[in-house]
Amino acid sequence: MPFSTLSELKSRLDAGETTAVEIARIYLDRIAEFNEELNAFVDIDPAHVLEQAQASDAYRASHEARPLEGLPIAIKDIFCTQDGPTQCCSNILKDYHAPYDAHVITRLKEAGAVLVGKTNMDEFAMGSSTETSAFGICRNPWDTDRIPGGSSGGSAAAVAAALAPAALGTDTGGSIRQPASVCGITGLKPTYGRVSRRGIIAFASSLDQAGPMTRTVKDAAMITAAISGHDAMDSTSVPNVPTVDWLAACDQTDMKGLRIGKPKEYFVDGMDSGVRTAIDTALSQCEALGAEIIDISLPHTDAAVAAYYVIAPSEASANLSRYDAVRFGHRCENPEDLLDMYTRSRDEGFGAEVKRRILTGTFALSSGYYDAYYIKAQQVRTLIRQDFINAFEQVDVIATPTSPVTAFRLGEKTDDPLTMYLSDIFTIALNLAGLPGISQPCGFSDGLPVGLQWMAPAWREDLILGAASAYENATDWVKEPAKFGGKA
Amino acid sequence: MSWEVVIGLEVHVQVNTKTKQFCGCSTEFGAEPNTQTCPVCLGMPGQLPVLNMEAARKSVLTGLAINADINLVSKFDRKNYFYPDLPKGYQITQFPLPIVEGGYLDIPTKDGEKRIGITRIHMEEDAGKSMHEGLDGVSHIDLNRSGVPLMEIVSEPDMANADEAIAYLKQLHQLVCFLDVSDANMEKGQFRCDANVSVRRPGEPLGTRAELKNLNSFRFIKQAIEYEVNRQIELIEDGGEVVQETRLFDSAKGESRSMRSKEEAHDYRYFPEPDLPPLRFTQEEVDAIRAGMPELPGQLRKRFETEYGLSPYDADVLTQTRDLATWYESLVAAHPADPKRCANWMANELLGRLKETGTDISASPVSPARLAGLLERIADNTISGKAAKDVLDAMMTSEDDADAIIEAKGLKQVSDTGAIDAIIHEVMAASPDQVAGYRAGKDKLLGFFVGQVMKASRGKANPGMVNQRLKELLKG
Repeated sequence: MPFSTLSELKSRLDAGETTAVEIARIYLDRIAEFNEELNAFVDIDPAHVLEQAQASDAYRASHEARPLEGLPIAIKDIFCTQDGPTQCCSNILKDYHAPYDAHVITRLKEAGAVLVGKTNMDEFAMGSSTETSAFGICRNPWDTDRIPGGSSGGSAAAVAAALAPAALGTDTGGSIRQPASVCGITGLKPTYGRVSRRGIIAFASSLDQAGPMTRTVKDAAMITAAISGHDAMDSTSVPNVPTVDWLAACDQTDMKGLRIGKPKEYFVDGMDSGVRTAIDTALSQCEALGAEIIDISLPHTDAAVAAYYVIAPSEASANLSRYDAVRFGHRCENPEDLLDMYTRSRDEGFGAEVKRRILTGTFALSSGYYDAYYIKAQQVRTLIRQDFINAFEQVDVIATPTSPVTAFRLGEKTDDPLTMYLSDIFTIALNLAGLPGISQPCGFSDGLPVGLQWMAPAWREDLILGAASAYENATDWVKEPAKFGGKA
Repeated sequence: MSWEVVIGLEVHVQVNTKTKQFCGCSTEFGAEPNTQTCPVCLGMPGQLPVLNMEAARKSVLTGLAINADINLVSKFDRKNYFYPDLPKGYQITQFPLPIVEGGYLDIPTKDGEKRIGITRIHMEEDAGKSMHEGLDGVSHIDLNRSGVPLMEIVSEPDMANADEAIAYLKQLHQLVCFLDVSDANMEKGQFRCDANVSVRRPGEPLGTRAELKNLNSFRFIKQAIEYEVNRQIELIEDGGEVVQETRLFDSAKGESRSMRSKEEAHDYRYFPEPDLPPLRFTQEEVDAIRAGMPELPGQLRKRFETEYGLSPYDADVLTQTRDLATWYESLVAAHPADPKRCANWMANELLGRLKETGTDISASPVSPARLAGLLERIADNTISGKAAKDVLDAMMTSEDDADAIIEAKGLKQVSDTGAIDAIIHEVMAASPDQVAGYRAGKDKLLGFFVGQVMKASRGKANPGMVNQRLKELLKG
């Protein structure tokens, strides 16, 4: 049962074959057994999980079950929750308790979900390997010497190792899709503005978006259906957007007439040959399902990483100013004066990568450099958006590898930030354009999962859910459980 | 050689909305520290701003009232700096694209009306308040003010002396009050001014400016500007050079000191606020706001002069605030026969008495109806103007109407010819020499007789009738 999908668990619950408490116990047992090795969760309160499960069973006994009734969902440590700590895996927020629930947390509760713990992540979501977490590295269940991707690495590892059937992540430059890819699961980043950001600890406000990390496409759709929708208290949450019939979109079994764009910029020298082979095979299977593969170009792709590493740190440098030791968070011992309190508290509280990005962003916004960096990066962002608009005149969806490589070894890139930044080379452009994307398993390279990424125009999650569902239906990749530590 | 002074002003006006700029917290002044706060204005992680559209509409209204352009699309930016009373570590403001650009105010100067350009009005949020005094080396922070909506109104450097600066500020202060976009109470910090001051020789380019910070009364502003002008002139005449800096005026010492130089100036690293989409108005919405524009002080002044025949002075006094003008018009409505008498009694008598007790017109113990009741008794000769002043004095501390007070004090004027004639005869009998003198041509003695008659009547005789009857009876 632990490797069941959300949909399967839901069916069994609806059929009365199991209870929320029974399901919660199964996952709590697995967390107790395997989390020490994986460090996917940084906080877990089993009693509170069981309380929620009991409440759900009681609700089901007297009401019609809600869409996610009794289903356990793990939560990335970036979402504010009234219950338990919310620490963003940073020492500056150590033991911080949020006074309110994030909008998506409220939505999950309203849908009857059982919220399970807080998952490990790169500090403030800044990283691609979960190695910048202040609460210890997280291991990839497929090979525990390797990274689970990041920044939502804990969520990805938890789902891949079946410590939870599904998890919530956030994606600023690929932080849902890349870890999903390297952990062999499915991860959806919705269109920017589809899901409220209120209560998600901000990294880069114009790029952050929450989404599901699951075993299957349909599971991702189930969660997105629950968490999406307008929130009047997030001014970037877009009202009156085209709605998607989330579950119906996943009923697609073929790709007849679907025009799939294959951008040449995403099939580059230096990418892992096993990844290339897996993607090429996947695209052939898509053709067999009736799709037409069309070679396209997204000409400004090579500038995306550079633009991202100006825009995201610039926004972050301001977003992280509130951690000033005045009202909450870490404060140094016996500050001499205000400046000492600021500098020492922030020096002690932030890790190296967070400091690097604050400095980068502060520099990019500085007088005399602003035009050359921030303004230029925004111009590039406009060009990248335009690339996608042009491309979607020719094709319905775009398919690419999610990452040019599979999971790398722990510590392999920690000393080389630039190489680390390139792990997001295929995911970043989508955030800059604000478009939806999904990563799903499409095979292995040397025994490590490879992710296939689908991209669609804004608000057309239905197109990529449909294509990914058809592909998933025609292949067996999602049925492959992670083999970790020899214990699974 | 003479000096030219160049002054530009930045005024922070607190917009009088019920709730804050980006959250639902109350803006009420004077609450217990940190009781009017929420996760948004405390800068808690994950919280997001939502613009108070009422504050935006009030900014548009202000822009229209200064004849400015309304930007149908304006944008918000972050201004970054660290300070304990700035919870997010940045202030949300508008930098390159503010809501209002390019207006003006016409101000009275000793050489006639002068037009002062207004560069822009932008919307922003206030910071909290830090308190250091008497806390034994600790600082306390009150974040009730954090996120309160502000308009920053930036003038062109069009003012040539402190008096013009004050005239501009008073005009602006009056305007925002009339528009009901701000309570503009300077003591509560709802109307604060920074002044940019420089001097130059006529015909030369602009001199280096100093910025004077946080001036919160008209008197200090005048003092601070005059001090700064003299400081700069003396400095240059002694062969020195003005440096660009921010200076803080110490009202107790009457002098300013340098707060930070240009080198120490903050780099605020402005960039577009990603949490807020551009603010959009349609032309129709702007037109609707314009249609709801109340009568402005200038228009009201002119109307009072033409409609009620008031002198420019009285019209000015009675249009200083909307409350005054409304009070005056209520008075006229209750005593329509003589708008000028209304103006005299309100401006000279009532306001004078209110000033003594520091009472605002809105809290006047005498209502327009009660004052009109008194004016009616003057008009129908029941009492003299002099006696009426005593009645008004009594009305200030009593709830009785004029008639009751007149009755109680026995102030009813004697307008009966027989009674007045009887007193006149008594007085004439007691002053035969003066009667003879008057009849011999000493006309000035009439005043003596008036005085005597009034005294004898204990002030109750109708002075007009006394005059008339005296002239008649003294003829002999």
